[in-house]
Amino acid sequence: MNNLFLNIDAGSIDWARAQFALTAIYHWLFVPLTLGLAVIMGICETCWYRTRNTFWRDTAQFWQKLFGINFAMGVATGIILEFEFGTNWSNYSWFVGDIFGAPLAVEGILAFFMESTFVAVMFFGWKKVSPGFHLASTWLTGLGATISAWWILVANAWMQYPVGCEFNPDTMRNEMVSFLDVALSPFAIDKFCHTVISAWIIGAIFVVAVSCWYLMKNREVKLAKASIRIAAIVGLIASLGAAMTGHKSGQSVAEVQPMKLAAMEALYNGGTDVGLTASAWVNPFCQPDYEKQHAAPFRMEMPYGLSIMATNDPHGYVPGINDILNGYTKPDGTREPSVDEKIARGKIAIEALAAYRAAKKTGDKAAADQCMQELKENMQYFGYGYVKNKKDVVPYIPVNFWAFRIMVGLGCIFILFFAVMSIMAFEIPYLSVITRRLLAAFGILPETKADTHDIAGLPAWHYWAAIALVPLAYIASESGWLVAEFGRQPWTIQDMLPTWVAVSDINGMSVALTFVLFLVLFTLMLAVEISILLKQIKKGPEYTDIEH
Amino acid sequence: MQKKGLLYRIFDLYYDGFRHMRLGKTLWAVILIKLFIIFAILKVFFFPNFIKQHAEKGEEAEFVATQILKQ
Repeated sequence: MNNLFLNIDAGSIDWARAQFALTAIYHWLFVPLTLGLAVIMGICETCWYRTRNTFWRDTAQFWQKLFGINFAMGVATGIILEFEFGTNWSNYSWFVGDIFGAPLAVEGILAFFMESTFVAVMFFGWKKVSPGFHLASTWLTGLGATISAWWILVANAWMQYPVGCEFNPDTMRNEMVSFLDVALSPFAIDKFCHTVISAWIIGAIFVVAVSCWYLMKNREVKLAKASIRIAAIVGLIASLGAAMTGHKSGQSVAEVQPMKLAAMEALYNGGTDVGLTASAWVNPFCQPDYEKQHAAPFRMEMPYGLSIMATNDPHGYVPGINDILNGYTKPDGTREPSVDEKIARGKIAIEALAAYRAAKKTGDKAAADQCMQELKENMQYFGYGYVKNKKDVVPYIPVNFWAFRIMVGLGCIFILFFAVMSIMAFEIPYLSVITRRLLAAFGILPETKADTHDIAGLPAWHYWAAIALVPLAYIASESGWLVAEFGRQPWTIQDMLPTWVAVSDINGMSVALTFVLFLVLFTLMLAVEISILLKQIKKGPEYTDIEH
Repeated sequence: MQKKGLLYRIFDLYYDGFRHMRLGKTLWAVILIKLFIIFAILKVFFFPNFIKQHAEKGEEAEFVATQILKQ
């Protein structure tokens, strides 16, 4: 959108980005539920393994069935992203090939062998293998999915923080020089922890919502209550964990993508002792005039909050958008160059690359060596050489600002929700009574229920409220991805390759056509999944013993 | 004795499992239709490998260099 003046058809960039976003968002509808349900069904089966009470086996089988539906619907949807790399993002695919290929290959092999083997044992093996082996298979199914997620997130983290690589001007590819630096990049670790733990929240909310639907219908009461107990505690741990890992993730972003953090906070001018924006007016439909405004209008802040979030120090320095554009001095005394300086060095890198390739063709080794030296000195700013206007490196602030607030706001609601659910479901002495009386005082719980411990038999709206958290959980999760991906614009690889260079020189209309095709296809597939899932939920679990 | 061998038990796990599937049949049908759409339609007709289409084998780096440096 910012690059209409460039030679490549701008339409193809926007459509290719939209198509990738659509596919990734669709794929991400399935992944977190797979990761989250895996934990809950694993706990249910562990309860069966320890007690040999068939109720737990039936409960585990029920959640495994819903896991299976989600798994089947989500499988292979991620492959489309790889097709898009090859067609729409061919320059990018070639440029990163060696780095990106390794984690994705490991992921593919793991996903295929580990998940498919243990999924089969989990579904087919109840009467074929020992209880211990079956339990191990159930947990390994979840572990396989989690390890798959690790490698995908390693690939994603590398784009945000490219480490362990060296650019080879002969092959025009980044080549891996340290697998460990790529696989164990601190950015990847933070991203993995935050993403996987937040996926558990979706699993927990889904289980609570299905259980609440049963309680509302006054059926499967024992299963619903037992599942709510497990999901409440998983959800509470996960939502607290997501807050902690989110803080760590925020620090990673502050360190390696300060522009993303500034956009998330609509922080136009930075400094020390910076407060965290609690609320502000950022027009969702247009880029604010960050150069002229000192701060976003009506900004209310939590004192020192952003400095603490970014640096763990209430007096820590956090650069704003204008600081990053114009250059600033870091707390350690080093100077971060302005974007104009980076653009100049990027242009030197691009010219050096062109000259190097020309010198190689003519066999002028001395000239090639000199160009290589110049390229190496300026390679870290290579992508800036394609930036015509320094404003192009500022991501779209409204999306970052609001998506971040939606994610954090909903995250806080989830912590509160799971805390209340845990207290009520586990009937914790004193706390349970106090919570129930408080809820009754605020009219959230009926007076008649204030002194009982039964979570069943509440008015229907209580259960509907829990069910409504399912779409909210997805909105929170997708908002997190919006922050991660919109915040790093215009870079496909941070500082190295902007979107308009990464995109293939293709007709925008052909990408638009496949975008519409995907929209129809994904909507249909989602409708099929939801209908199969709802049908199975309505059907309910199959009990071995009739008294349940 | 032979029937209790590891290979037989693995075969039996899958054979028996697939034979007694109920919901699984619907899910497999959805998966196969989806894979067909992805690989036989989308990949073949809508997602060619752009570089392979436009560059000779071994000339990919030159092609990408031209694409990137022309901007």
